[in-house]
Amino acid sequence: MSVITFREALRAALDEEMARDDAVILLGEEVGQYNGAYKVSQGLLEKYGPERVMDTPISEEGFTGIGIGAAMAGLRPVVEWMTLNFSLQAMDQVISNAAKMRYMSGGQFSVPIVFRGPNGPAEFLGAQHSQALQSLYAHFPGLKVVAPSTPADGKGLLKASIRDDNPVIFLESEMSYGMKGEVPDGEHIVPIGLADIKRAGKDVTIVTYSKPVRMVLDAVESLAAEGIDAEVVDLRSLRPLDEKTVYDSVAKTNRCVIVDESMPFASVGSHVAWLVSHACFDDLDAPVQLVSGEDVPMPYNHALELAAQPSIAKIVDAVKRVLYA
Amino acid sequence: MASGKKSGGDAELELELLRTMLLIRRFEEKAAQMYGLKKIGGFCHLYIGQEAAGVGAISAIDLGRDYTVGAYRDHGYALACGMDPKALMAELFGKATGVSKGKGGSMHFFDAARHMFGGNGIVGAQIPVATGVALKARYRKDGGVVLCWFGDGAIHQGSFHESLNMAKIWKLPVIYICENNQYGMGTDFRRVSSVTDFVVMGHSYGIPGRVVNGMDVMEVRRDVAEAAQQVRTEATPVFLEIKTYRYRGHSMSDPAKYRTPEELESYKKQDPLLIQKARLEEAGTLTDEQYAAMDTACKATCDEAVKFAEESPEPSPEALYEDILA
Repeated sequence: MSVITFREALRAALDEEMARDDAVILLGEEVGQYNGAYKVSQGLLEKYGPERVMDTPISEEGFTGIGIGAAMAGLRPVVEWMTLNFSLQAMDQVISNAAKMRYMSGGQFSVPIVFRGPNGPAEFLGAQHSQALQSLYAHFPGLKVVAPSTPADGKGLLKASIRDDNPVIFLESEMSYGMKGEVPDGEHIVPIGLADIKRAGKDVTIVTYSKPVRMVLDAVESLAAEGIDAEVVDLRSLRPLDEKTVYDSVAKTNRCVIVDESMPFASVGSHVAWLVSHACFDDLDAPVQLVSGEDVPMPYNHALELAAQPSIAKIVDAVKRVLYA
Repeated sequence: MASGKKSGGDAELELELLRTMLLIRRFEEKAAQMYGLKKIGGFCHLYIGQEAAGVGAISAIDLGRDYTVGAYRDHGYALACGMDPKALMAELFGKATGVSKGKGGSMHFFDAARHMFGGNGIVGAQIPVATGVALKARYRKDGGVVLCWFGDGAIHQGSFHESLNMAKIWKLPVIYICENNQYGMGTDFRRVSSVTDFVVMGHSYGIPGRVVNGMDVMEVRRDVAEAAQQVRTEATPVFLEIKTYRYRGHSMSDPAKYRTPEELESYKKQDPLLIQKARLEEAGTLTDEQYAAMDTACKATCDEAVKFAEESPEPSPEALYEDILA
């Protein structure tokens, strides 16, 4: 066990999988000579060479599709999107090709590929560079979507994603790359599709994932000071979704708050809120609450951009609502 | 037709190319008939008139090692790759015995074993995919060359331009084939292209290219074989513009009113089947009787394919949820 940063954990996963399997290649903008826009791939070009760590031009649709073709033909590419915002240029490749090839070929092809990069708001980046886009990708059957919140989960889920025979959207967070945590050395796999109880509690279930997990845990500390004992379910995988862990928790606490930094309309958060409202109807003592990003493009001004996102105050308020406290 | 080896001037091979083109012609006519009877639904893009392009090009590569990645006008490529007409017709009928289990349809013929990577429905979106298959071939140094098919309608998509740039900088073994049938759906390519010589577009990425007469199957075969040789020996992608013509509308719903009857008739006089038939007759390797027998056999194959499709089962309700994930 080592205490390392999120980016080091992701790098360890890439390094170990590239060492294990020569079908694994990394391609994207600035992944090689520049060592990665966020330094996740630092040192990999030197270690594995330009045949396996490929700097691409700024051509998201092109290199995303190239990764898909290489995957169909037998490689296991990891495509780095400098940010998920730029993946919008490549969405047709992901949705029309990666997600559909298996189905429309009657199961003849698989597309073992990972698309990864930072997702969600960071700071001071304005509307086009501060989007939480998971709900778009989670909409489509044929894709897996994962969103780890800790360095250990990041390493274990990235290794699982690279070994998966399906296209996986792997969501990181710019604000979390420097976050430190204990990470198992060597072989550490977190299976896709399993949620994790990040804190056990009995009074209320808070369902969240990715970067907001930290904020939720901070909010839970202040709630604990008021005698409220919250359970925190980290989804980790959005597709497939571990509904059972969520429902079991709600059956225990009878109250549920969803915290999701994406916008609320037709989002992962609103979908999970509907699932819980439906599946746990008899268990619930209060309507499910959703704490989401505001339904606005992200502004540049810092006070406004913070107001556009979930906050400890919003989370505490939602918890008190479901507790009628 | 089995994956052809390069052996120009071989009478048996020339006959085989004619037979494959004739099979495609009869298959497409049968598909049109079945569409009219509502046995086939949705979009159905026929290859009639363009047979020499697919047959000539695919005969020039070895599908044990090489690949073909195409767009949605894919019936001809599939038959040229040697896929079973029965399973293709069953796919058009949406049956469980179809090549894609009835879940792909006309635009999504695939055959992994024959390196036939679609059958892709979004205009131009297969071009990066084909380029990625070539990346695999280069990475594995397996000697494979990829035929990447698209039409004159797709050449203005960003996917084409992004792919050519990367294929050139990475020296990928891919032949980009613009099958110019002169109409992107209903739009004459001259109305929407800044250049009418598409080879210029390859040149702008430093990629060598040439124009190919798409009405003569032997010329297509020769030029694609040379291009494949150039890809292998010079470590460069190659661009080919195959000039061709489709006799039918863009799809079954298109009456093709954007062109004159005279234009269509002028192309029918240089029909790829007639050209190849005349060549073989002049060489004394084909008689009218032999051609008639060949035609009868192709029609019988298509009739059998329809019978097979008719008698095949529908996909089970469970199939709805199958083959989404590996």
